[in-house]
Amino acid sequence: MICAAMIILGVLVYIIATVFYRGLPALNLDMITKLPGGGFYLGKEGGVLNAIVGSLYIMIGSLIISILISVPLVMFVNFYLPPKSVFAFLIRFSLDILFGIPSIVYGAFGFALMIYLGIRASLLGGILTVAMLIMPIMMRSFDEITRLLSRDLPDALLSLGATKYEMVKVILRQLMPGLVTAILLAIGRGIGDAATVLFTAGYTDNIPASLNQPAATLPLSIFFQLGSPVEEVQNRAYASAIILTVIILILSFSARYFSSKFSKNKI
Amino acid sequence: MRLLRAVKDKTARYIMLGIAIFTILFLIVIGVSLFFKALPIMKEKSLWILLTSANWKPFKGDYGFLPFIFSTFYVSLIAIIIALPFSILTSIYLNSYASKNVKRLFEPIVDLLSGIPPVIYGVWGTLTIVPLIANKIAPRFVAFSSGYTVLAGGIVLAVMIIPLLISIMVEVFRSIPKEMTDASLSMGATKWQTVKKVILRKSVSGIIAATVLALSRAFGETMAVLMVCGNITQIPHSIFDACYPLPALIANNYGEMLSMPSYESALMFSAFLLFIIVVLFNGLSRFTLNQIERRYQF
Amino acid sequence: MISTNQILINSNYNSVIEMNNAITLKKLVTNQSIKIEGLDVYIENQHILKDINLTIPEKSITCIIGPSGCGKSTFLKTLNRMHDESPEVKISGKVFVNDENIYGQHVNVIDTRKKMGLLAQRPCPLPMSIYENVAYGPRIHGIKKRKAINQTVIQYLQYVGLWDEVRDRVRTSATRLSIGQQQRLCLARGLAIEPEYILGDEATSALDPLSTKKIEELFIKLKEKYTIILVTHTLRQAKRIADHIIFMYLGKIIESGSTDEFFNNPKKQLTKEYLSGSFS
Repeated sequence: MICAAMIILGVLVYIIATVFYRGLPALNLDMITKLPGGGFYLGKEGGVLNAIVGSLYIMIGSLIISILISVPLVMFVNFYLPPKSVFAFLIRFSLDILFGIPSIVYGAFGFALMIYLGIRASLLGGILTVAMLIMPIMMRSFDEITRLLSRDLPDALLSLGATKYEMVKVILRQLMPGLVTAILLAIGRGIGDAATVLFTAGYTDNIPASLNQPAATLPLSIFFQLGSPVEEVQNRAYASAIILTVIILILSFSARYFSSKFSKNKI
Repeated sequence: MRLLRAVKDKTARYIMLGIAIFTILFLIVIGVSLFFKALPIMKEKSLWILLTSANWKPFKGDYGFLPFIFSTFYVSLIAIIIALPFSILTSIYLNSYASKNVKRLFEPIVDLLSGIPPVIYGVWGTLTIVPLIANKIAPRFVAFSSGYTVLAGGIVLAVMIIPLLISIMVEVFRSIPKEMTDASLSMGATKWQTVKKVILRKSVSGIIAATVLALSRAFGETMAVLMVCGNITQIPHSIFDACYPLPALIANNYGEMLSMPSYESALMFSAFLLFIIVVLFNGLSRFTLNQIERRYQF
Repeated sequence: MISTNQILINSNYNSVIEMNNAITLKKLVTNQSIKIEGLDVYIENQHILKDINLTIPEKSITCIIGPSGCGKSTFLKTLNRMHDESPEVKISGKVFVNDENIYGQHVNVIDTRKKMGLLAQRPCPLPMSIYENVAYGPRIHGIKKRKAINQTVIQYLQYVGLWDEVRDRVRTSATRLSIGQQQRLCLARGLAIEPEYILGDEATSALDPLSTKKIEELFIKLKEKYTIILVTHTLRQAKRIADHIIFMYLGKIIESGSTDEFFNNPKKQLTKEYLSGSFS
């Protein structure tokens, strides 16, 4: 058993070590501060700033959408519906299933939706599709944290004569660390996912100037660079992978930090 | 003032209700729209032929999904076979044997593993697993293998689903009342006997549910598998053959094939297929897990 | 570190305090009354309260005692309609507060709750500063002027004896207070909505003896203006502070009467047994 546990530990170290070993030599400041230059995909100068910024834009946009939907939903399920209601069960069950839908299906659905709406592969499309992907993640983890809240606070507020809406506003303050955890988890999943943005966000060497322009993303940038036969380009893929991994690691640790501040017993 | 408060309260309530209904509808909308997008191809060919024919020549109008379906199941199966023993053993260890410090060390590791993006797993797979298979493992069994194989996909997938398996199984084991294990231990059973006779037996349904959940995750995994499994349209004969799972098919071809309506519909059909499989598997195992949670709650 | 804002507020406070030394609590409601007729409460088909008929004397302390699970807390919650939040609770009967049936039609729940200041078992400060905790009630009920709110906050913090302990840190988080201080803060918060009744649900069970004493003294001070209904877990506390006692057992009122009579001359056999400690 200890062996099994050690192997899992080893694999994690191995994965991170491999990526760093191959990517570190190619990693330099240009990678994160420059756009791809003329012959970038043939091994010439440039960086992946387009992908970093693109990923950032998409995350910010989809976060705004999904926070606006997740927070009211979780509040509704926990404080407006009675704990044993069928409706609440139904919502949680759909969330579980939405959570399980593979990102490629979201990607395909998102693309079909975009064609229907007449949006071409663009920042907007990427934002909408990634929002679909991260919404269930955010809702589920925020819901789990919200369920741990004791009834004391809502009761105290209601007995002061607060309306439900006023009550929820105060409760949200209390739940802030939990919400931050949920958001960080969602970013972690959203920023690394390639399949959703594959058809919906497009790809470009520039930084998108408006919602209608295509946007590059880090995972896709890694994927495309890796497909190149030129070794320098491949090495840059590994370097981009380091950038992505580091972003994810930071997010993951801060999520852990916030959630440990919040709940004691959770794996 | 009182009226304003009441109006605000009511408005907020209705907005929230609307969002809640929207969330449930969203699931249905995804299913229905994928179905309608897939309808043209289903009208053209019988469902039976689509599912069982191995003849895939889109430009001649032949759409047999068998190679892709078979590949999907094959890769996922290999992944589960590799991942299951590791996950069960590790979860038992974490639940019954490990000290507090080890548990504390493992939590972030499991989290990290599940947080690493698929693309990174793919990168790792192409860097290490693929050459390993091509140069070391495959030559012992077959004459030639590129390394981009079912096995490579299975291994990478296994690593990806292990965190999911562990985190669910630890929950399942934890839901077994402590009195039950204590009773066994106090009767003089060793720890291992207790694990075998009490914990494992009590959590069979939970383990199965976790497995099904992990399987449905494996079915849908796209990028990492796509990067290591070869993507050749064929029915793989051994684990050292290349394969072409459904998600990879969609990822590789969708977006470029819009000029051919039947091809697009065929790809939508595979998305719909994935959706149905995943929803069924997911629903089933979530349901079981909810039941387990409820059974031990009171 | 003191911000300019803080200094401003502090100077503001001082003038208010001087004003306050002259004023006592302004609220003086003439007729408070709670009358309960044929109240039955069911929770998931269990009959929790059985045919309660009761009049609660105004401007005095009424203690509800009885073994745990007898329905004391359920009873208290029916008074400010907190059961509205749980659909599995069914209530029938009439509860008249100031001659209005709060379970009648067209009754505004918010108004009912505003009449009742609730002090819960465990203090539960709102996730905001000490000042904001007390200011919250008046704010949601429509008071906007800063001066008025300032005055209310200081007045009630002084009233519960917290002002001198926290005057330098009213802008800091309320969760850093000790648990006894938190409970007094909760009392001040409840008073700030200017209720007519005070409900206490084992309000001292989480507190140390000294804090308990402070809260009890406050209750005695408060009964001049408020009608106070307390659920208590200790007979001694009831003896110390109550004017009237209601003894409940298995959802029924067994006996009620003045404290003196209840403890020295109980009429029912069950009461005698309970007082002698043969069950609890």
